[in-house]
Amino acid sequence: MRHACLAFLLIVRITAAGAFEIEESHLYPGGDTELRILSTADSEVFDPIIRAFQSENPGLSITYDVASSAQVMTALYREGAAYDLAISSAMDLQTKLANDGLALAYRSEATARLPGWARWRDRVFAFTQEPAVLVINEAALAGLELPHNREGLIALLRGNPGIFDGRIGTYDVRISGLGYLFATQDSRNTESYWQLTEIMGRLNTRLYCCSGDMIAAVARGELALAYNVLGSYARARLAETPGIRIIEMEDFVSVMLRTALIPQTAVATEEAGRMIDFLAGMRSRPELAAQSGLPPVDLDESDANAAVVRPIRLGPGLLVFLDRMRRDTFLRSWVSSVEQD
Amino acid sequence: MNAQLPSIRRRLVVQLALVAALLSVAFFLTVRGVAGNATEQTQDSILAASAASIADAVYSDDGAVRVELPYSALSMLGTVSEDRVFYRVIVDGETLTGYDDLPVPSGRAGPRAPLFDTYTYRGDSLRSVVISRALSGASRPRRVEVVVAQTRLGLEVISARITGTATAIAVAFFLVATALSALAARNALQPLNRLAETMARRGPKDLRPVTDETPEELAPLVAGLNSFMQRLGAALTRSEDLIVEAAHRVRTPLATVRTQAEVMHLQVEKPANRSALRQMIRAVDESSRSAGQLLDHAMVTLRSDQLETEETDPGELLHDVVGRLGPTAELKDITIRLELPPEQTRVMGDPILLQNAVRNILDNAIKYSAAETDITVRLEPGNPCRLVFCDQGRGFAAADITRLPDRFSRGSNVSDVVGSGLGLTIVADVARAHGGSLEIADNPEGAGACVTLVLPSC
Repeated sequence: MRHACLAFLLIVRITAAGAFEIEESHLYPGGDTELRILSTADSEVFDPIIRAFQSENPGLSITYDVASSAQVMTALYREGAAYDLAISSAMDLQTKLANDGLALAYRSEATARLPGWARWRDRVFAFTQEPAVLVINEAALAGLELPHNREGLIALLRGNPGIFDGRIGTYDVRISGLGYLFATQDSRNTESYWQLTEIMGRLNTRLYCCSGDMIAAVARGELALAYNVLGSYARARLAETPGIRIIEMEDFVSVMLRTALIPQTAVATEEAGRMIDFLAGMRSRPELAAQSGLPPVDLDESDANAAVVRPIRLGPGLLVFLDRMRRDTFLRSWVSSVEQD
Repeated sequence: MNAQLPSIRRRLVVQLALVAALLSVAFFLTVRGVAGNATEQTQDSILAASAASIADAVYSDDGAVRVELPYSALSMLGTVSEDRVFYRVIVDGETLTGYDDLPVPSGRAGPRAPLFDTYTYRGDSLRSVVISRALSGASRPRRVEVVVAQTRLGLEVISARITGTATAIAVAFFLVATALSALAARNALQPLNRLAETMARRGPKDLRPVTDETPEELAPLVAGLNSFMQRLGAALTRSEDLIVEAAHRVRTPLATVRTQAEVMHLQVEKPANRSALRQMIRAVDESSRSAGQLLDHAMVTLRSDQLETEETDPGELLHDVVGRLGPTAELKDITIRLELPPEQTRVMGDPILLQNAVRNILDNAIKYSAAETDITVRLEPGNPCRLVFCDQGRGFAAADITRLPDRFSRGSNVSDVVGSGLGLTIVADVARAHGGSLEIADNPEGAGACVTLVLPSC
């Protein structure tokens, strides 16, 4: 295993000892009322959304802090940090916050319009649906039959160790909350997940903290393929990055729902509610979705691909993989599969 | 008027509505109770299933106890409602995983039998279950307890929904039952209403027994009514007979007495005796007349109670009476002038009563008129119809005009003439029975008075 995100790991190590760590902090100055947002989404992704929201609410000063999902959890669960809105891709951690009573309830017309699977207990609200995809380097896979499901991917890797050795990327599930979420959902949905992990481990798979790094590595040709990459990020880079291709698996696609909640420590709850309404209504602002690259929640539930595209279900089921013993067991299995030195 | 009891129908409806209300409330309470228990049992069984599946996932690994929390153990709790979920796995009193501070339901439970409890944790009321099992296979048997708890918000939502539905059904039931009660009460009372209508439709002299089919409950009432009508009919017949009988019995002997007195009057020669006999004859005449008037009055009273009208020609009636009283008038050299309209007229009335009235007016006029005067009888047709009788007699004293139609009341200026005071009473009664009136006024053409029988139309 190689540490592609050494710098990030350092930060994690530091924060583990003390307070939670913020990677970036942006201030959008405005009026007297302050809205403090703690988010896992990159600031450049969220920038157009914040600006659009602020132009509609000129009286607001907005602080946008970016942290990893684990740090968001530390901040809100352990340290009771004062934020008005928490936005995270780690649905399980958001669910745990709501389940354990650390989120405030919020109801509005906009949230009522969200489909039932896109909200939980009127506390966790999904506003994007982002699939986990396979990203390949077209040049590296030239002449090979492209995989359409996990069985096919296993066969491809097994048949071409020369091409793929050291050129496969995936999340390091020990440090990435989203990676852990995708991995655990995979393990729940298919028998072949462990088989796949085993093979990836044998082929010296490289581990990453973030989708962006993986996509960049594929684009550079360092990686032939990256598994369980956030499709929304990949799609956003597709135009400016030639030579990469996105493949959605046909056996099933895990769909992460990016969620927002109002922490118990919130002060500007009314403004936070307005922000949630704004995010829940992203469907009606296609230009914003295009700028941020975040696909909004599909309010129309009649999806033809429903059997294949599975939004990860919000609810207590997500708490299972957060169980410390279950997580410990899962990570041990995962590490022993991936690290075979 | 009698004090009226509340209507039977209203009483029936109110009582049935009360019963319906009681049943509705009973239904509501039953449904809520049963549904409440059912939902609680549902939650309990899901909790127990969840705890059992966690307990089954506890295993011993190299002497260490481990648990692999099944995904379904917690996800099944999220299928019914969006309630908060807590769990805790305890091995020999030490928390293995889950929420360290989650209370364990207290109480005694059999081996592997779930034990339930309700308590407050982290600000919410929780329904909680504990399942314990022994884990063998390790160096020594270990005691494993699995606690699973869930908030009861979903339960409350379901309970509220059931309560709402039960309320709606109970209210609907009450309304329908009340409406049906009203309908049933109306139906049940229909025979009674029909009987009342039958009775109201009957003519005044219709005393036939009621033969309509009536329900059992009304049979005694109808039987009583029939027997009453039979007795009434008999009494009426008896009193009519009595009147006829009395008229006969009083008038016949008086006529005999008068004839004998006249015969004697012709035979005695002493002026004193002749004068006495003349007085006697006059007294007998007066008695006969009074008896006649008393009988007339009785007749009028009886017939007025049950007026039977038919089309009558008032002109013919007047002509008839004038003709009959002509000889009496001639004795006093009184001329009766009858003025009738050229066309024929019709009046609705009881001809016998009308004749009685007209005869009494004319009789009065003749009696109180001086000799060699005129009496005018005039029929003025129209609405109202007026039968006018004017004499040239002494007239009425002004004070008497309103009082005269009273029974046995006589004018203050007639003490020298024998009379019963019944004549105008009879006339007034007849007028009233026909919806008309009696008018008394001074004769506008000089001395005397005019008496007018006013009828609604002719």
